[in-house]
Amino acid sequence: MSFYVVQFLTGLASAASLFLVASGLSIIFGVTRIVNFAHGAFYMLGAYLAFSLTERLSGTLGFWGGIVGAALIVALIGVVVEMVLLRRIYRSPELFQLLATFGLTLMVEDLVVLIWGPDDLLGRRAPGLRGAVDFFGQAVPTYDILLIVLGPVVLGALWLLFRRTRWGVLVRAATQDRDMVAALGVNQKWLFTSVFALGVFLAALGGALQIPRDAVNHTMDLRIIVDVFVVVVIGGLGSITGAFVAAVLVSELNAFGILIFPKISIILVFLVMAIVLIVRPWGLFGKPEAAARQTPGLSVRPWQPLSFNERLACVGALIVAAALPLLGSNYALIVGAEIAIFVIFAASLHFLMSVGGLASFGHAAYFGLGTYGVAFLAKFLGFPMIACLLLGPVLGLLGAMLFGWFAVQLSGVYFAMLTLAFAQIVWSIAFQWVEVTGGDNGILGVWPAAFVATPARFYWLALFVTAVSVTLLRVLVFSPFGYALRATRDSGLRSEAIGLNSKRIQWTAFVIAGTFAGISGALFAYLKGSVFPDNAGIALSVDSLVMVLLGGVETVSGAVIGAIVYKALSIWLVSYTDLSKLVLGGFIVLIVVAFPKGIVGTFGSLVDNGRLPFFKRALPGASQAEGAE
Amino acid sequence: MRPGNLLLSGCLAVVMAGMATAATTTSALAQSEIKIGEINSYSALPSFTEPYRKGWQLAVEEVNAAGGINGKKLVVISKDDNGKPADAVTAANELVSSDGVVMISGTFFSNIGLAVSDFAKQKKVFFLAGEPLTDAVTMSKGNRYTFRLRPSNYMQAAMLADEAAKLPAKRWATVAPNYEYGQSAVAVFKELLSKKRPDIQWVGEQWPPQGKIDAGPVVQALAAVNPEAILNVEFGPDLVKFVREGNTRGLFKGKSVVSFLTGEPEYLDPLKDETPEGWIVTGYPWYDIKTADHDKFLKAYQAKFNDYPRLGSVVGYELIKSAAAILAKANSTETDKLIAAAEGIKLGSPFGEITFRKSDHQATLGAFVGKTAVKDGKGVMVDSAYRDGANFMPSEAEVEKVRPKD
Repeated sequence: MSFYVVQFLTGLASAASLFLVASGLSIIFGVTRIVNFAHGAFYMLGAYLAFSLTERLSGTLGFWGGIVGAALIVALIGVVVEMVLLRRIYRSPELFQLLATFGLTLMVEDLVVLIWGPDDLLGRRAPGLRGAVDFFGQAVPTYDILLIVLGPVVLGALWLLFRRTRWGVLVRAATQDRDMVAALGVNQKWLFTSVFALGVFLAALGGALQIPRDAVNHTMDLRIIVDVFVVVVIGGLGSITGAFVAAVLVSELNAFGILIFPKISIILVFLVMAIVLIVRPWGLFGKPEAAARQTPGLSVRPWQPLSFNERLACVGALIVAAALPLLGSNYALIVGAEIAIFVIFAASLHFLMSVGGLASFGHAAYFGLGTYGVAFLAKFLGFPMIACLLLGPVLGLLGAMLFGWFAVQLSGVYFAMLTLAFAQIVWSIAFQWVEVTGGDNGILGVWPAAFVATPARFYWLALFVTAVSVTLLRVLVFSPFGYALRATRDSGLRSEAIGLNSKRIQWTAFVIAGTFAGISGALFAYLKGSVFPDNAGIALSVDSLVMVLLGGVETVSGAVIGAIVYKALSIWLVSYTDLSKLVLGGFIVLIVVAFPKGIVGTFGSLVDNGRLPFFKRALPGASQAEGAE
Repeated sequence: MRPGNLLLSGCLAVVMAGMATAATTTSALAQSEIKIGEINSYSALPSFTEPYRKGWQLAVEEVNAAGGINGKKLVVISKDDNGKPADAVTAANELVSSDGVVMISGTFFSNIGLAVSDFAKQKKVFFLAGEPLTDAVTMSKGNRYTFRLRPSNYMQAAMLADEAAKLPAKRWATVAPNYEYGQSAVAVFKELLSKKRPDIQWVGEQWPPQGKIDAGPVVQALAAVNPEAILNVEFGPDLVKFVREGNTRGLFKGKSVVSFLTGEPEYLDPLKDETPEGWIVTGYPWYDIKTADHDKFLKAYQAKFNDYPRLGSVVGYELIKSAAAILAKANSTETDKLIAAAEGIKLGSPFGEITFRKSDHQATLGAFVGKTAVKDGKGVMVDSAYRDGANFMPSEAEVEKVRPKD
């Protein structure tokens, strides 16, 4: 019996660490709507700084001073980031801030290694809290007891802050309806900055408090960020109590789950999230999102099919691309093929995001299913390459049909997180089902047939499939189906009222996007010759989001440019510098500031505003699209 | 200047600096050079790859100081793989088709090693794997183009199982990261130990995800099955968390622990004064090896870098030394001649002479087995002895059974 009590307490201690970080994320999202990908980076910075401070300061006061001092310093860094970077892009399309914080995260990962060195660092133990107390023969670490107490204390303090201060009232009001708060004359700038500072402080404090238990290292950020997002979403966005309950739920299920299924940890949080979101679409304590005053496509210029001249230009670009084998080396062709494949992948997500208004955080699932579809057909059934390429993506299609049906019942970030959960489920199946998928050792020997084995021919194949795919997706945008999909994006109520079955339309869009992702995955398997679980991993999902946002989410085909820029840049940087993350992150931050609507989006705005007269075209009312719904 | 512009110029400076370093690394082609490609997880795993890089840089310097390879200068072109198999294949493509290297070497993670070895097989390129430990590289997924330097999972398990069999403990529990490396380490160890000691019971197992161990509940769950001995395969930050929780909760008290890789400075040093005492581990006690071969390496390394070597340093050093020896023996850069030269080649190493076995292309490089202890607030390995890899390899018959025929 005492064992179960102690296991419960251990779970509570884990929950407290998770809650601190999650509460910060939840507050930031609630008020500013920023999906703060850099939250993990702030957590990690908190740990590193706390390590340095506690090494220098001595005694009990020195230790705790170091912990709190580290959190305060990181909060200051957060303030600077908010004022210098994020303030510039609050008016950017939804999720664009994700791109900025992603760039920051990349930079921080390399910076901590540059500053603190590559070795794992062992922080000091808290003075007086090194040991454990005996509980009927079971040891309970005293530091755990501190954390168990700290969790509810922070929860209580936040509750008081939000219920008993004017600032808290404003924060709650902004969480509920930030346009109204702005209309009532509240200085949003400082409200956002202070909220961001508090959120970052909590993240850094969570990180700093880990140093007596953890090893401080440069992967801490990615270890926690996804779990924290999951906790926030399970609890319900913007709900602090929800985050606490979710943290406890997840930690306890893990603590007891491993007693029965020792391998459960790898997927547990995602399973819990998937179940919670299917049963309660707004998380445990969340409320349905208020109907947005602004349509998601608010600043979108009305889309138009390409004019005759523009089509000519596209054909010209395609001919130039197809001539690459005459000029480039074999390596250039292999990179070209990879970029082409990612153009399809990014365009498929872009279709879902920009036309359907459905941002998927787990699009790699269907890419990964495409790669495995090919690998199964080629290795187990011995199918020829053409058959594999045609049938492999069917696995992506089937996956999208199954998961999409559940996902489109939700919207906004909840939709995004449910797709993430499904992607993680696909990933963990590929990872754990060693007999079939080979686990993380993957499936080897998926090489192209002889007739496309040379780099030039494979490049042409990839280019051809890409051209066809992107054209098809564009045709879909301007088809009746595309208009219907845009209607469901712009106003769910109105589209329902005119008789559109919005869920079915969104589901169809999801399946289309998944199928095209599967096609790109199928080609990818042949390009690389081997298939691994990380083809369905979070990193790839994030990459696809970055490509879409970089191109411009409010454009018809911005993802094409986004994919080319991002992929070419990252391949080139990884090849030529060891600080590829720092430089790539720097680039992304630069692009975010220079092109606040994405590369293609900003370019398009310049055209419409007459700054680039050469591209000017007759677009009635193009610049007046900023009207209310 | 507004703060915003300051940030922007900062970013711009970083970008420029990155490009500048990029520009300087591309060097001109020369007839009197032999270029070999090297791929590793530099950005994903700096704690291993930094000392590893120093190791191979030292080797390149020594090889060229001694006249290069039959008079030609040895050049290593090094690429980062971002910790991803797909990126490693891109890098391999670049090395082979753009940089014109005569062989590929390196890699750390097992799946990356396998992806590159399959690439080597497809493109008919010589591949010398350094670190990836999975048995598949030389056994079930082995191919004639791929050779491996480090003692495989099987070999390390065999070394530890030998020691474990001498322990009185009968009730064993295991904890390992939930991926191929952890899974196969536990499977081989169990098999070998149970063969030697049929009386042993396996009473529990824990499989935390790699990099994300929730150490408290894992330690509790292990304690709950009341084992007499524990096999640990955790490493890196996971190991630190596991050891800290285990120490606080008294998990290791009165229990024997056998642990993979823990004696390697990369994983032992971060534990500092919290190093658990008396664990039986494989590793690299550089401070305690008194052979002429190792002295020479140690002195050269310390003189060049003013730092002590980690195991990664030895792997990087010996990787390039092996590549140079193979190239010199083949006196050619043709893949088939390199393979012929590498099969059965003998060469020196900081640990003594090693051979690349013909049947499975595995080197006989061994490892040190010893016990952990704390000395002056630092973790060290004591009572260590070198185990020659040759005595712990799978038998030729087993290789014959598992390895695909070329």
